Amino acid sequence: MSIDLIISAIKAFLILGLLLTNTLLLIWLERKVVAGMQARVGPDRAGPFGIFQTVADAIKLLLKEQIMPLKADRAMYLLAPIIALVPSFLIFMIIPLGPDLNLEINGQNINVPLVGADLNVGVLFFLALSSIAVYSVVLAGWSSGSKYPLLGGVRASAQMISYEAAMGLSLVPVILYSGSMSMTEIVKSQAGNLSSPIPFLDAIVSFIPKWNVFPQFVAFAIFFIASVAEVNRAPFDLVEAEQELVGGFHTEYSGFRFAMFFLAEYINMFNMCAITATFFLGGWLGPTFSNFLPPLISAFMPAFWLGVKTFGLLFIYVWIRATLPRLRYDQLMELGWKRLIPISLVWLILTSIVLGIREFGFPWS
Amino acid sequence: MLDLILFAIPSLFVLAGALIVIFAKNPVHNSMGLVLTLASLAVVYITLNATFVAMVQMLVYAGAVMTLFLFVIMMIGVDKAEQTKEEIKGQTFLVLGTLILLGSLLAYVVINSGFKWDLWFPAVDYSIEGTPDLIASTLFTGWVFPFEVISILLIVAATAAIALAYDTKTRKDDD
Repeated sequence: MSIDLIISAIKAFLILGLLLTNTLLLIWLERKVVAGMQARVGPDRAGPFGIFQTVADAIKLLLKEQIMPLKADRAMYLLAPIIALVPSFLIFMIIPLGPDLNLEINGQNINVPLVGADLNVGVLFFLALSSIAVYSVVLAGWSSGSKYPLLGGVRASAQMISYEAAMGLSLVPVILYSGSMSMTEIVKSQAGNLSSPIPFLDAIVSFIPKWNVFPQFVAFAIFFIASVAEVNRAPFDLVEAEQELVGGFHTEYSGFRFAMFFLAEYINMFNMCAITATFFLGGWLGPTFSNFLPPLISAFMPAFWLGVKTFGLLFIYVWIRATLPRLRYDQLMELGWKRLIPISLVWLILTSIVLGIREFGFPWS
Repeated sequence: MLDLILFAIPSLFVLAGALIVIFAKNPVHNSMGLVLTLASLAVVYITLNATFVAMVQMLVYAGAVMTLFLFVIMMIGVDKAEQTKEEIKGQTFLVLGTLILLGSLLAYVVINSGFKWDLWFPAVDYSIEGTPDLIASTLFTGWVFPFEVISILLIVAATAAIALAYDTKTRKDDD
């Protein structure tokens, strides 16, 4: 067996373990943070600070009976949770966790890129998989053979199509600015500090890291709003509005199949934050302190910085959920089609003009 | 041999999806069969090193277009029984004629080239990778005129669709 195959297998197992344990932590964290913001205690029985609450919930879900509604469409009903899980695991594959590692195994020098797959079309891969994830919600809603899930499914398909357009359009200026569609290259293009041709401005901005969030702040705002809508989180959680649609598309699911939807939702949330950090917040870039830290620890500093940025964004997600009320359906559509898409188109044209002038000079000079 | 296996597995899924499209009774099953066909076709593209085309295939056809199909099917209701009556007169004969025409064309090609293995599985040039750079530089230099013509066609179609859907008279009453 070739060494590449072994390394890929190790990577796959590590990512699987990371995503699963991370979800357990994430659900506990969300419940704790929301409880704190609403002056409640939150889970505090299972383990210290209730940290094993999610484990207990997961065991409960695994042991529960799995009910299939009488009017359900059998094949699609069973397929939907699987379609939900697969893209969520695959998306994490393109997120770079650090610079290439140089390992020495049996005297051989092996270059291990800390990314599942460095695709030259990484951005498109991410968009394609998130558009596949829509099917899980639509099919789950339809196949349950019940009114509320169907309404949830129809809402979901409309919402996710609308916000996918805004999301894709907001990424185009970032691709233009970074000059690549590969996630690894996008991270590398954000190294260093900002600079300006005007000396006075240069003195001010030269302390700021060259993250895309500063020159591309409009794209960041649009992408962040669209990403919250894409993972169906509050205030865009019309898909599973508890007061109107019981549980939305997963009302008729129970036991392990429900757990699969739940797992996919939280993994998607984590992926989306990690991708936002990669596109706009410099990804794994950060001080590695390689001068006074042992090399083994400083090698993991990039992954640590990515984690810090991702969890910062996740905290904002939870914060938004605890603060904002849900949008009405027409407000949601108006925000998507009449605000976000036109703004992202204007921003795309502005970015192209600025980049064109920087590359080729003014047309009259 | 590896080429053949890499080609055979996704193409089996392509055929399976196409058969589901034709034979399944439920419209949602039909459309999911089409999704399977389109997604497996993307896998075939990946085995041919055309990653950009594969991703666009997933994003546009398997993603956006089929989600809209599904949306429309769910909107107009799927509980209606499938129509088995022939809509067009002499439908069977038309289909049969087309099939014979296509079959004879295929037979002509096969007989003329003399049953060669290379015809069915032509060697792939793996040195070229279908990166976005390559496709963009081809599209925007040699093929820029057809590209612009197609974009005008699409804008005309979109404008026409909006003009048809946007009824000015009823709109004024609403405001």
